[in-house]
Amino acid sequence: MSDNLLMAAYASRLGDNALVLGQRMIELVAASPELEEELANANFSLDYIGQARMFYTYAGKCEGVGRDEDDFAFLRPEHEYRNLLLVEQPNGHFGDSTVRQVLFESWYLHLLEALTRCSDEGISEIAARAIKEVRYHLRHSSQWLLRLGDGTEESHRRVQQSLDNLWKFTGEMFSPDDLDDEMRAIFNGPHLEIIEAQWREDVRAIVEQATLKMPDNQWMASGGKQGRHTEHFGYLLAEMQHLQQTYPGATW
Amino acid sequence: MKQEWPLYEVFIRSRSGLSHRHAGSVHAADDEMALTNARDTYTRRKEGVSIWVVRSDKIVASDPEESSAFFEPAEDKIYRHPTFYEIPDEVENL
Amino acid sequence: MYTQGLDQAGKSDPAKPGPETREQLDAFQTRIDAEEKIEAKDWMPEAYRRTLVRQISQHAHSEIIGMQPEGNWLTRAPSLKRKAILLAKVQDEAGHGLYLYSAAETLGVSRDQMVADLLSGKAKYSSIFNYPTLSWADIGAIGWLVDGAAIMNQIPLCRCSYGPYSRAMIRVCKEESFHQRQGYEIMLTLCGGTAEQKAMAQDALNRFWWPSLMMFGPNDANSTHSAQSMAWKIKRFSNDELRQKFIDVTVPQAEFLGLTVPDDELRYNEETEHYEHSDIDWQEFFDVIAGNGPCNKQRMEKRRKAQDDGAWVREAARVYAEKKAAASAAA
Repeated sequence: MSDNLLMAAYASRLGDNALVLGQRMIELVAASPELEEELANANFSLDYIGQARMFYTYAGKCEGVGRDEDDFAFLRPEHEYRNLLLVEQPNGHFGDSTVRQVLFESWYLHLLEALTRCSDEGISEIAARAIKEVRYHLRHSSQWLLRLGDGTEESHRRVQQSLDNLWKFTGEMFSPDDLDDEMRAIFNGPHLEIIEAQWREDVRAIVEQATLKMPDNQWMASGGKQGRHTEHFGYLLAEMQHLQQTYPGATW
Repeated sequence: MKQEWPLYEVFIRSRSGLSHRHAGSVHAADDEMALTNARDTYTRRKEGVSIWVVRSDKIVASDPEESSAFFEPAEDKIYRHPTFYEIPDEVENL
Repeated sequence: MYTQGLDQAGKSDPAKPGPETREQLDAFQTRIDAEEKIEAKDWMPEAYRRTLVRQISQHAHSEIIGMQPEGNWLTRAPSLKRKAILLAKVQDEAGHGLYLYSAAETLGVSRDQMVADLLSGKAKYSSIFNYPTLSWADIGAIGWLVDGAAIMNQIPLCRCSYGPYSRAMIRVCKEESFHQRQGYEIMLTLCGGTAEQKAMAQDALNRFWWPSLMMFGPNDANSTHSAQSMAWKIKRFSNDELRQKFIDVTVPQAEFLGLTVPDDELRYNEETEHYEHSDIDWQEFFDVIAGNGPCNKQRMEKRRKAQDDGAWVREAARVYAEKKAAASAAA
């Protein structure tokens, strides 16, 4: 793979994470527990959609065959999507989506930090912009984890369950594939082992402060980074791509 | 019915050099949440560089019923204003 | 997005006189006539307070329920740009609901109470949001027509005599300035697109035209306390005046799109310089207000579910805050 194609694949994978998570959060519109949370959730999904657009646009530029952000979002089949399984998981209840955000965002923040130091200017610039947004998201989601973990008995029980259920999707974040390895070798990309250690420390701190228990080591699901998704993903994509697939070539 | 989250008043400094100004209010369970709710509600269009939030029930306010006693005595103190003083036009820098 | 003249002749009247003396009422009216703003802690007639609580909370409810028809296309928006714009717009509606609830809270009614009144069906919201959004073009039509109608109604509210309402409306109007334009831009794109897209746009206009005209509320002859609201400067133009103004500006916009307004009797009167139109089907309007529109039940169920599903979350946050407050008091 040429360096450009490598970068295109890497940027589009980052775009996939952002878009799929943004799309999940959009499903929560008009369903938040309180009006103020409605506004926060919309802000965060807008941030993620914005990041997806930047990553896809950059991927298209590196690839050099004229694909734009919408070609990436709406005209690729399921197996070409390379997002983490974690971000495609259904929203569930508020505790489930809170835990999903905390687990993903604590990883993503470190990843973006590492990417600001990579040798590719295009990606490091996008990372520098995204990092400010994600730092704030993580502050918000962590605060909620504290409230739910250390709130009522019911909220404690529910959110512990969320944590236990979603834990198996965290392993994938730290297992490097060829793309990660090449990214690291050629562009001084993120070192996933170092990030894992940082992530574990951060997550442990917040989980303990929330009076929750770190889940036991367990079997880890994987496949998202290779385009093998959970069953939920096909529906997300079918819904999102509906108009573009029904009316090919139309402008909206 | 369960208790609703308390109300907070939100004050925003739109850019440095200006005072904070009342923007509106939000409900929040605690101070930290009030701050982030205010940020997510009132600064979506880059309206601010600094936010204050304060519990609405902590604000001490004057009573409109007493407004004449409070504010009208200032009305006849016109000598506090520079236009009260007559200075010939020839005199500059004053 | 909008408030509506929902009050009909013969229904319970929030403007019926309270226990005030003639002198108090006259002094209040003098302030209003002098274009003074009334603030939250100022003395005001009970009927003025009730009328405002009713109108502002209806307005807030409309914003909140109004998120749903457009929200219905968020996950299916046809491009990332459109998705982001629509999300920003729907979020604005949540924000506007929030500003308006806050304005009503200054009058001594809690948000919880207002939400409970909405969920129990006691409080009303604008009839327009009980119509379904069946195609992407409906998102264009809502921005263009529904927000267009809302702006007609909301601009005068910026000068409403009640300070907190007026200030909320100024913020709302400022933020909404892009809403109608983005809707019209969607319609423009569809009308310049494929034959299927143009048909989609025409169909959306066909379905949303009459409900948009109904947004201005009943004819003046059948609208109860317009006169009192006008005297108090809560309302500045009558339902029919605003409706006519809307038709006059909107018909040429439809013509520019190459779309046909679904009214055989629509014609321009050179003498009055206004469009004349056929009668509005008021039975449909009263049916929808009474709960018998295509989506009333569905909208309320979604709202109730969100409220119920969030109960344990709100409670957890409240208990957590109490624990932290107790701990810091003990420290």
